[in-house]
Amino acid sequence: MIELRNVSKWYGDFQVLNDCSTMVSKGEVVVVCGPSGSGKSTLIKCVNGLEEFQKGEIQFDGISVGDKKTDLPKLRSKIGMVFQNFELYPHLSVVKNIKLAQLKVLKRSVEEADQKTIQLLERVGLADQALKFPAQLSGGQQQRVAIARALAMDPIAMLFDEPTSALDPEMINEVLDVMVELAKDGMTMIVVTHEMVLLVELLTGLSSWMRGGSKKTVLLTIFSIANVGSELRLSSQKYFIINLLIILFKISKLNVIF
Amino acid sequence: MFDQFDTNVILENLHFLIEGMQLTLLLTIAAICGGLVLGTLLALARLSGFWILSLVSSTYVNFFRSMPLILVIFWFYFLVPLILGQPVGGYYSVLIAFVLFEAAYYCEIIRAGIQSVSKGQVYAGQAVGLNYFQNMCYIVLPQAFRNMIPVLLTQAIILFQDTSLVYVVGVKDFLVSADLVANRENRIFEMFTTVACVYLIICLSGSLLIRKLQMRYAL
Repeated sequence: MIELRNVSKWYGDFQVLNDCSTMVSKGEVVVVCGPSGSGKSTLIKCVNGLEEFQKGEIQFDGISVGDKKTDLPKLRSKIGMVFQNFELYPHLSVVKNIKLAQLKVLKRSVEEADQKTIQLLERVGLADQALKFPAQLSGGQQQRVAIARALAMDPIAMLFDEPTSALDPEMINEVLDVMVELAKDGMTMIVVTHEMVLLVELLTGLSSWMRGGSKKTVLLTIFSIANVGSELRLSSQKYFIINLLIILFKISKLNVIF
Repeated sequence: MFDQFDTNVILENLHFLIEGMQLTLLLTIAAICGGLVLGTLLALARLSGFWILSLVSSTYVNFFRSMPLILVIFWFYFLVPLILGQPVGGYYSVLIAFVLFEAAYYCEIIRAGIQSVSKGQVYAGQAVGLNYFQNMCYIVLPQAFRNMIPVLLTQAIILFQDTSLVYVVGVKDFLVSADLVANRENRIFEMFTTVACVYLIICLSGSLLIRKLQMRYAL
């Protein structure tokens, strides 16, 4: 469903992405791991065209993202995205945050959008917070609203850009539970994270269910650093991979493609 | 001096002063509205990324910001009838001058406001499939204007005071009306004191409003 072929990106002379290639099939969950500054967030933003890339190709559902003729707003409406800092619209209430794009992009009727919004708020457990403004909610609640906002568009894939990095530890689980449920429902997901905790929890959250005979695969991509010039970056990468191997060892019963 | 202060002259000519104030306020409001609309378009052009649009916009802004307002007023007073081929009257020529002049200042304020909205918010709007104009209308500009309210109001107060410059082309605003009465009745002290008080009260309450809004929207 999502295919990246030799994607490269430069900020001036600095190369952020270096020949990244991967395939994500329908229903798969891909976790992209790597230390800060390795270009994970940049890569995920390339998938829905928020960032441009100079070389290579990204295909989403058969549509080329890099093609100048592609209707990017239309394409993006099919891909849900969740950000590190939630990025709820601060001047709109929770309900309006979720309704806006349904009305303006999908041209749903007000009744239809209302119904969908209530249904999604119940799904993420926030039906009682509907009329509040983002600033009145906790971080975990805001991120769940952000997920509901993305789901309101009935996306065929979801991108999570460090979804729990800005959260207090005790709030990670409420967001994680929503993500695990989504994966179980068959949503295609790309999750970018540098946090071991999220990775482990996501995998363990899915593991018991996968051991029960599901064919779902979790693809784990360790992100290489594009620019391997500096020693510091190299060593942080090594440290990261070692950490990851330990975790994989701990949850070795899991069906993981490495 | 104050025992000779003749309040009757003010009351007798009140309708005359009110008419002048109406013109001053009308000019201020029209210039704010026109300036805001044109300024927003200029700001969008300047930030658009199309070099021709941003060049036109920045040339416009730099040009008007380098000109004294009084010169612009004069200039339009003589230029507009020439271009249109018929006299338009002082009011419309100063209105056009004010709108075009203020637009340059509003452009810079709005540009700063748009840039104060975080990149993440722009991404968030794009990510749900909003196109450029929808994203501007529903996500970026509402937040930008909220951040700009104090600066916009400060500019409005400056504009309100600047409208008194229309006396150079003989448009009868509040100050000119008061001046006419003062000369006719030979009551210069009374009239100009009244004018000063009215300007003081209006501008001071505007400033208080700004401070209140600043506290309310303090980030």
